[in-house]
Amino acid sequence: MRYLPLSDADRKAMLSSVGVGSIDDLFADIPEEVRLTELIDLPRKAGEMDVERQLGAMAAKNTAASAVPFFVGCGAYKHHIPASVDHLIQRSEFLTAYTPYQPEVSQGTLQYLFEFQTQVALLTGMEVANASMYDGSTGCGEAVLMAHRVTRRSKAVLSGGLHPQYRDVVHTLCRLTEEPVETLPPDPTGSEDIIAAIDEDTACVVVQTPDVFGRIRDLAPIAAAAHEKGALLVAVVTEIVSLGALKPPGEMGADIVVAEGQSIGVGLSFGGPYVGLLATREKYIRQMPGRVCGETVDADGKRGFVLTLSTREQHIRREKATSNICTNSGLCALAFTIHLSLLGEAGLMRLARINHENAIALADALESVDGVELLTTAFFNEFTIRVPGKAADILESLVEKGVLGGVPASRLAPDQDGLEDLIIVAATEVNTAEDRHAYAKALKEVLS
Amino acid sequence: MSMNRGGRPTSAAGSSNIGHPTFTGNKALQIEEPLIFEVGNTGKTGVDLPEPDGEEDRLGGLERKEIGLPGLTEPEVMRHYVRLSQKNFAIDAGVYPLGSCTMKHNARLNEKMARLPGIGDIHPLQPESTVQGALELMSTLAAWLLEMTGMAGVALSPKAGAHGEFCGMAAIKTAQLAKGDARSVVLVPESAHGTNPATASLLGYSVRDVAAREDGTVSPEAVREALGPDVAGIMLTNPNTCGLFERDIIEIADAVHEAGAYFYCDGANFNAIVGKARPGDLGVDCMHINLHKTFSTPHGGGGPGSGPVVFSEALAPFAPVPYVVRDGDVFSLVETVEAAEGMKPFGRQTAFHGQMGMFVRALAYMMSHGSDGMRQASEDAVLNANYVRAGLRDIMTQPFGDQICMHEVLFDDTFLKDTGVTTLDFAKAMIDEGFHPMTMYFPLVVHGAMLIEPTESESKASLDQFIAALRDLTQAAKEGDTERLTGAPYYAPMARLDETRAARQPILRWSPDRPAEAAE
Repeated sequence: MRYLPLSDADRKAMLSSVGVGSIDDLFADIPEEVRLTELIDLPRKAGEMDVERQLGAMAAKNTAASAVPFFVGCGAYKHHIPASVDHLIQRSEFLTAYTPYQPEVSQGTLQYLFEFQTQVALLTGMEVANASMYDGSTGCGEAVLMAHRVTRRSKAVLSGGLHPQYRDVVHTLCRLTEEPVETLPPDPTGSEDIIAAIDEDTACVVVQTPDVFGRIRDLAPIAAAAHEKGALLVAVVTEIVSLGALKPPGEMGADIVVAEGQSIGVGLSFGGPYVGLLATREKYIRQMPGRVCGETVDADGKRGFVLTLSTREQHIRREKATSNICTNSGLCALAFTIHLSLLGEAGLMRLARINHENAIALADALESVDGVELLTTAFFNEFTIRVPGKAADILESLVEKGVLGGVPASRLAPDQDGLEDLIIVAATEVNTAEDRHAYAKALKEVLS
Repeated sequence: MSMNRGGRPTSAAGSSNIGHPTFTGNKALQIEEPLIFEVGNTGKTGVDLPEPDGEEDRLGGLERKEIGLPGLTEPEVMRHYVRLSQKNFAIDAGVYPLGSCTMKHNARLNEKMARLPGIGDIHPLQPESTVQGALELMSTLAAWLLEMTGMAGVALSPKAGAHGEFCGMAAIKTAQLAKGDARSVVLVPESAHGTNPATASLLGYSVRDVAAREDGTVSPEAVREALGPDVAGIMLTNPNTCGLFERDIIEIADAVHEAGAYFYCDGANFNAIVGKARPGDLGVDCMHINLHKTFSTPHGGGGPGSGPVVFSEALAPFAPVPYVVRDGDVFSLVETVEAAEGMKPFGRQTAFHGQMGMFVRALAYMMSHGSDGMRQASEDAVLNANYVRAGLRDIMTQPFGDQICMHEVLFDDTFLKDTGVTTLDFAKAMIDEGFHPMTMYFPLVVHGAMLIEPTESESKASLDQFIAALRDLTQAAKEGDTERLTGAPYYAPMARLDETRAARQPILRWSPDRPAEAAE
């Protein structure tokens, strides 16, 4: 077997050094009645070619985003990733290292985490950030729990513009931890009055911008209202490229920002692994979940980095930890930080601008199709259209014409009324004028 | 062929640590690297993008003016990250015997498979008709996991081990509530991973410790004593964190079930028993599987992980959404609780469907090994750990006596008593010898614990060198040659770092107002 260095002769010699007669002697503690004597009923070992053939066959049945005009978003976005990013994250020293528990031989990981934390803080307009969460949705759940700890209150108020699967994550967490949640209904037209839902029991109000329908939200009045009642504002960003064009949540009064970082450096990969960003104010750092990297010096006085504030964490605090989280999303954080170092402010702002312009052009093209109504006026790279008919069926018909045209709003929240005829459409820098034309043309044909 | 050395001296004039300080502060391949914020600037970029059209925006008056993010060109970026990488230890570079973390070889075929366009470049919300192969892959992975564990149901979506623990315990809580049987306590052995009590506590349970008996395992009597009508379940790692198989596991499971409680098995160490025993036959009700441990998806500097959870018949209906169902040749996703016919999912733990990139890597590992290769891998992992034990047992000390271990061997610091050398010193000295240290000070119940997990990826030659080096270090400590240990590491990119200072005066980011002290 190509991955196992021991030869039969090695095994024999080693068993003899250990002082046992056979390998089974090493498994003698497994009760005999359950010890397997036969091989498990699964295929036997296979060579590289064989495995490639089998998995390649499954992969070939899927439509890759880059193969068609592609406009699917809602929390995961098709962006171009520079070739150097994927090359660098595959370096053995990054790929096959673990959590930097031994800082003397982990400065590579630690320094990029420190740089990552700084980039996330700058991008979100916050003071500090952690070393990443699993993804945006789980980060959102952790942010709500963090708000409970900070305010010592229990109620979370969720905007109807929050990604419904993020909403479901928070609901699940709060139901199981027995904390109340108030959720406003989905809000495709932007009529929500979330301020009215904030009261003296509110720990936090959770608002996504741009929201799941693509609408840009001004968080400043919500932050002011929350703070007046002693609550925190948790801002959620699912399209991180938007912060290259939009005022950051930190400038609008957010106390905690959670974001999905996938758009920068991380491929679509059918939903994961991604990278969650969590940023906050310095005064709350001891209530933050997850790993954090900090600066220090070594015995020679040289600057270096270590994992720090670990007295919050489960391996020290056990049942009193701020979170049960252990793993972060290290390699995806690396991809994020490399891509962002390549972009820099100038590149990111230009990238955001191109996304925005492509979305405007697409919105105009789709709005010109008879029967299509554009519901979103202020948007970044994603917006919602109302179509005459069932959105899911129309999108399926578009597939037959080779266009992946977006997400039916009802797929995310089938329990909610009034979403059946809505399509959430995303445009990024990868879309060309031809792609937009193909979409408008196909939609026109499907609707006629 | 002989070489004309032309009078060039071949013996080293002196060892590298004696050398003079260099002008740059660099040491040959070890190059000092500033932060990107100290070298980049906001006007520079390494990405060429087309000129925007300059149309009027529709940002609702909330446009951004500046960010403060530095950029670098591609050659500068390459150099920055390559230099950083050279400051990291990695499995590909040497023995990385971190107990409980399972640092086994990461096959590059698996990386290649994850990057197939039909895997790496598909969106989680594409119409199901365009991702049938992806759903087939998830379904195949689920089938392999179920067969291997002998369990009835699986949730693939948990993002990591601790997320999987939450998943399993949430199913237990939901199942009991569904029976109107609310319970408040979870039993956790003292040697458990910290995530176990943290998870139980997150779900509102109080944690009741179960002490181990003298041989390092949990006794059925201790469990029975701790059980009661208030106990929801037990979280037991098997093989446990001392590297021992819980030999009374079936009796423990029976006792737990008789008390109306469930058995959560922490599957962090499943890699020791794949193909040798199935959790389903041991009375386990649910168990998370760290794909990044047992099935070798790369650890990536601390993640991403993936922590699918397998369930018994009793708990399977409560598994979270989403999951894949198959009808003939057509696969589809059940994405909401409302749509889950005949099931009672406790909810949803993450957006989308889980760590697909890890699913494909794990499946590539499983297919490559097959049932024969996976069993061989478990056997080799256990053999390697016992070989290390046999090589060190006369000179280092084991907290529970010299007994056969599973995939990892646990030592304590008794052998360092009165030497002035600590477990930490010993670990740091291993760095100088070219090894990553073992897991130290875990499990917490063992004084100065050193948990060594060589995995099946090490050759006999590499273990022989490892054993010889540890013997030499032990000898040095005992003979008073302690500076070699107490001052270590001498040859790493950094000397020991001041962790207390980092925690007392946290500096968690670079800031333009506080220019960092220049690297010396």
